[in-house]
Amino acid sequence: MQDEIKSEANMQGKVKILIVDDSMTIRQAIEKNLKEFQVEVVGTAGDGKTALELFKNEDPDVVTLDITMPELDGITVLEEMMKIKRDVKVMVITALKDKATGLRAIQLGAKSYLVKPFTSEKLKTAFSRMMGLN
Amino acid sequence: MNETDLHFFIDSTVNYFEEITGEQAITGIPYLKGREPVVLDYSGIIGISGKRKGCIYITTTKEMLKNIAAIILDDNEATVETVKDLTGEIANTISGNVREAYGSSFMISVPVVIEGRAKDIRLPEEVQAFVIPITWKEFKSYLVVCLE
Repeated sequence: MQDEIKSEANMQGKVKILIVDDSMTIRQAIEKNLKEFQVEVVGTAGDGKTALELFKNEDPDVVTLDITMPELDGITVLEEMMKIKRDVKVMVITALKDKATGLRAIQLGAKSYLVKPFTSEKLKTAFSRMMGLN
Repeated sequence: MNETDLHFFIDSTVNYFEEITGEQAITGIPYLKGREPVVLDYSGIIGISGKRKGCIYITTTKEMLKNIAAIILDDNEATVETVKDLTGEIANTISGNVREAYGSSFMISVPVVIEGRAKDIRLPEEVQAFVIPITWKEFKSYLVVCLE
């Protein structure tokens, strides 16, 4: 049944998204704010290891990815994701505000780097820009 | 730790509240933590390693957390799980943002959250800890910074 729903959503042209953050509040905030876009949330993860498992199983088109997380940090997860699916669109959403970490994420293939704390507007603008919607 | 260090944390804290809530938090004059406990309903602790060592924690009230959760999630009925989670996230964000000043060698841990008014939060004894009082709306909280 779940698979049927997912298939139907994809046939409607929805983008499959995986939301990764060790904060449940942030995962919920991202999901709530991206509702207005044509996205289907195929999974949420609170640690890097679960994120990679979901990534392999659900094959998302887009990932929002935190960096400071238990099990595996977001930079390691990003490297692994890029080995699996080079064209995945990854938006790093992190509290780490230093330039070196931002540059590293972009060098590894992240398409966007949003620093926490973020407002709804900032998240939506960054997402739109990454998806080429504005 | 010096005055410049404290300013980084004050700026990061003020920015958090302003960005999330649109309302400025007012920080009081920092003071050296003595033996008296500085613990409110929920405390989010971050360990610091790398070039600097120590820890940072924010301690706050359930009511303040519920107010912030309502803004972030449009939900006025935040659960205990949500307010606990939010405590850790605030600590993470304030600590992570100061890497703008310290760089990537300022390593932060994932947060540990303590629920309830514990006797106190144990800090490294050989390092001075500073308490930064924070007032947002009518709510009080404290940021405690203990860095080598």
